[in-house]
Amino acid sequence: MSSSLASFGARKIGAALVTLLLALTAAFALGHLSGDPVYNILGPLAQREQIDAMRADLGLDKPIAEQYVTYLGDTVRGELGDSLQYFRSNSELISSRLPQSLQLLVAAIVLAILIGVPLGTLAAVKEGTWWDRAASTVALLGQSVPVFWLGLMLILIFAVQLRLLPSGQSGGLDHLILPAITLSLLPLAHIARLTRASMAEVLAEPYIDAARARGLSTRRIVGLHALRNAALPVLTVTALQTGVLLSGAVAVEYVYSWPGLGTLALEAVQFRDYTLAQAVVIVGAVAFVVLNLLVDLLYVVVDPRLR
Amino acid sequence: MSATESTATELAAVTPAIAPSAATARRIRRSRAVLWLSLPLAFVALVVIVVPLLGVLPDPHRQHLDQTLLPPFFLDGGSMSHPLGTDKLGRDLLSRLVTGGRLTLLIGLVGTVVAIVPGTLIGLLAGYKRGWVDTVVSRFIEAQLALPFVLIALAIIANRGSSLGVLIVVLALTGWAPCARVVRAETMALRERQFVLGLRAAGASSARIVLRHVLPNLTGVIVVLATLQVGTAILVESALSFLNLGIQPPDISWGQILASGREVLTQAWWISTFAGLAITVVVLLVNLLGDALLSHYDPKKRKF
Repeated sequence: MSSSLASFGARKIGAALVTLLLALTAAFALGHLSGDPVYNILGPLAQREQIDAMRADLGLDKPIAEQYVTYLGDTVRGELGDSLQYFRSNSELISSRLPQSLQLLVAAIVLAILIGVPLGTLAAVKEGTWWDRAASTVALLGQSVPVFWLGLMLILIFAVQLRLLPSGQSGGLDHLILPAITLSLLPLAHIARLTRASMAEVLAEPYIDAARARGLSTRRIVGLHALRNAALPVLTVTALQTGVLLSGAVAVEYVYSWPGLGTLALEAVQFRDYTLAQAVVIVGAVAFVVLNLLVDLLYVVVDPRLR
Repeated sequence: MSATESTATELAAVTPAIAPSAATARRIRRSRAVLWLSLPLAFVALVVIVVPLLGVLPDPHRQHLDQTLLPPFFLDGGSMSHPLGTDKLGRDLLSRLVTGGRLTLLIGLVGTVVAIVPGTLIGLLAGYKRGWVDTVVSRFIEAQLALPFVLIALAIIANRGSSLGVLIVVLALTGWAPCARVVRAETMALRERQFVLGLRAAGASSARIVLRHVLPNLTGVIVVLATLQVGTAILVESALSFLNLGIQPPDISWGQILASGREVLTQAWWISTFAGLAITVVVLLVNLLGDALLSHYDPKKRKF
């Protein structure tokens, strides 16, 4: 039993490592095969000697295979190179911005779960009613509204017109409210949709009928039995949402001038600082793969049938 | 023969009886939903294609520096000569929105083709061949899904700068994987079906089975995936243009108009508001159409 669990874990970890290697390779390929970064940085007027000097400095004069091996070795050791723009190490820059981004991401995902799960549950319990339709409309709207536009509209209403909340920059809790709401909308929509589907499936199971026959109230059935069983798919989709969240976070941070990883990445792109952009990409991919691996492992602990 | 009959009877026993008229009515309602959602989309497409050709709207690039940031007609100071107002260079917003819709919708369509065609082919290959091909493809799909689209876009644009071509490449690189994943799963289910086994026993080549028999059975799935991808492509375009990583002036797209309105948001809310509204309405219609198509092709899969 425990050995099957261990082999399952080993297989999952192996698969995650392969995925990570491919993602790192893709990040390298996107950075190196899409044109000469030095030429792009120095511009068309650069002298041959300047270009050669910078290429040697960045190790770009070596064969591509050697560069790739060096890159993988550095990444595994946690060395993400130096920023071309700030003349500081990329890992230092990233760790200085990471807390701000984490704060925003955690707030958004908590909001999405706190609103999305009850919304989806309500829709499933009251299937086919106006509740259901209202919840589905909210979910569909959430998937169709561009997040950055929602951010601008919230700024217009709550910061410019009503003057209730600050329009940007990090600070106290009040600074977090608008960005977190904006970022939570898309994962909220996904979670609500999935909770509804998963909940509707569970509610059709015979043991729910049995519980009803024993005279349990709907509230108890949903709270005690159904929610627990519907939680697994919701857990997976929540982990998958991190990818969506990372994408959304860049736009949301930009709208609210939030000093996180997203704005750092945008600054990097504006200055053609490809080493910094690549470092942010690596950190994002690692975070995503690790989180999904954790959820996969948690899954088997919660549900023994999957072993 | 008797086997099929008995399965049919079993099925009839477990499926709750639905009066044929009710089922037909529901099917008609679903087809009607597809029609009612397609009409406004077709109307938007028609407007953005035809109206600029008629010459009724002012030139979207023409600047009037004495008429900057005019409000829309329903506000004080607005007039019907610029129904939705003007931007910071005095250009007519309505005309810019109509013209910008062309590029936005074009990117929606092209961005879908470049994602769905390779995604479908890769999914078919992995799902039908299985074995090591499937293992390799599945790893690639997972690796792609591990890289959020903004990160892929950033990695390319940090090097290449932004252009329409780069935007299409980003859409292709980010769009194929979700499509390939679904097509692969559906192909795997289809290849075990009787008719495919029969074709194989009759000596049909793999290519023939996949292209002539498996692919046509996936039409519904692919149409749904493609529809939803149009919405995704429009959202990706607008997000990248908003971050100044997509469409650059003087080209006009809805995302680019939205971006240009950000700096004058407090003086002229209408620029960003109307551009965002246009994106939201079109993407919402596309997503609703995708859902309607999904239940049209496969009522069991209806979520929400």
